[in-house]
Amino acid sequence: MSELAIEVRGLRKAYGGLEAVRGIDFDVRRGEVFGLLGPNGAGKTTTVEILEGYRSRDAGQVEVLGVDPAEAGGEWRERIGVVLQSSAMYETLTVAEMLSLFAGYYARPRPVDEVVELVGLKEKRDDRVRRLSGGQRRRLDLGIALVGDPELIFLDEPTTGFDPHARRQAWETLRSLRGLGKTIVLTTHYLDEAERLADRVGVLRSGEIVAVGPPSQLIGSTRATEIRYRDNGREVVLETDEPTRVLHELTAKAIAENRELEGLVVRRPSLEDVYLSLTEEQAE
Amino acid sequence: MRLFRHELKGELLLYVRSRELAFFTFLLPMIFFLLLASVYGNDRIKSEGNVRSAPFLQAGMIGYGAISIAFAGLAIVVVIRREAGILKRLRATPLPAPVYLIALLSAFLAAFAVEVVGLLLLGRLFFSIGFPGRPLSLALALILGAVAFCGLGIGLTAVIKSAEGASAVVNAIYLPMAFICGAFFSPHSYPAFLRAIAAVLPLTYFLRLIRNVMLHGHEIWSQGTNVAVLAAWGIGGLLVAARSFRWEPTEG
Repeated sequence: MSELAIEVRGLRKAYGGLEAVRGIDFDVRRGEVFGLLGPNGAGKTTTVEILEGYRSRDAGQVEVLGVDPAEAGGEWRERIGVVLQSSAMYETLTVAEMLSLFAGYYARPRPVDEVVELVGLKEKRDDRVRRLSGGQRRRLDLGIALVGDPELIFLDEPTTGFDPHARRQAWETLRSLRGLGKTIVLTTHYLDEAERLADRVGVLRSGEIVAVGPPSQLIGSTRATEIRYRDNGREVVLETDEPTRVLHELTAKAIAENRELEGLVVRRPSLEDVYLSLTEEQAE
Repeated sequence: MRLFRHELKGELLLYVRSRELAFFTFLLPMIFFLLLASVYGNDRIKSEGNVRSAPFLQAGMIGYGAISIAFAGLAIVVVIRREAGILKRLRATPLPAPVYLIALLSAFLAAFAVEVVGLLLLGRLFFSIGFPGRPLSLALALILGAVAFCGLGIGLTAVIKSAEGASAVVNAIYLPMAFICGAFFSPHSYPAFLRAIAAVLPLTYFLRLIRNVMLHGHEIWSQGTNVAVLAAWGIGGLLVAARSFRWEPTEG
């Protein structure tokens, strides 16, 4: 069995004259959480929907679990789980009924009550779907994607529109999936989400991948640590790869001169800075 | 087969749970039958060979039930599911598309079968209408009609763009059709232009077919024209469906 869950080479897709995806390459390893990060319209959903088998591609090679999704059948669908951007549900069924209905589509489903617990809907098990809150619906969405016990799960913007509390809960659930050994591909335009959940991130901009790597490496590869302070009202910004030494010299000098470094800030660049520098040329 | 049974069970549960479907497509034909037959069930209709109104109306309500369940109900459900993204989600599961569609149609056909039994029992209980004398022909006619209207319902979903528009479009078609084709009254006294419209519509032929079988004791094999026109409409609907059925929501 290949070590790669997904292999994408030279993938292209255009709608009319608009090139949504312009020749991208990336791999997703088995058991990892891979984040596709990018602003709206960068081509995230198009890419994921090609991987899920919803869309045809114009060019390139795609293998998902060793199969070309464009030609994949029921056996392949047994092995993937999909959470779409919108929560599509039968409003009149209960949580457990909804999960049982979808469980029945798979040859070897995960027990419904186990899924209910996994996505934290135990108290809502026998409530109708229409009574669920937005966050609860999203968790049921995830449960529906999990009920077939797939090897690979696609999540398209799993927390868009969540309040901070609901987002944190969803993150917890997603972390527990990694514990089950699942491969997860998630798209998001939230940096903190990618930073906290993904083992590796691919940054998409205007249909091209502009960076791939673990969040920490992306951060490390770009900019040095930033030190800011005010000197007589004048803003000073230092960038350095040796923050300890520079800071020590700076503060030693200030103490020797009996002077306060006003507004002193030492900041590691966040994924956000990296992301903005990678995607800022996109401003239209 | 296991998948079909599973999906059919799910679809029946969904049908029963939906109050709108249960009321508008299922109960309403029976309520109309009770009301109208109580008012003029014993009148004789001269233009229809002097038959009693009650059995004439009973057959009419079976036709009305067929279009409300198989045509209107099915079309609305499919559009709502498509626009909500449920059909798209189903495509990501191992459930094969034909199994899904056949199970969905079967659930609506089952609802129609219960509807027919209900109308027959009401007729027997309250209006002393005997059970139909040509059960085989009636069963075949009902299956043909229900499948044809399902085909038309599925075909219609191709031209409806939004879930909000679904009931409006569907109601604007099937309610006038029920009146014009004579589900409620004998169409013989209608003005010529209405009769001209009725001469094209599929419900006219379905109503003629089941009235000939139920009221006049004809067998289905003597009803070539009615059967052919009805089947042609159904096949037409299925052809439209095969060409332009969509699994994904209409985009912005």
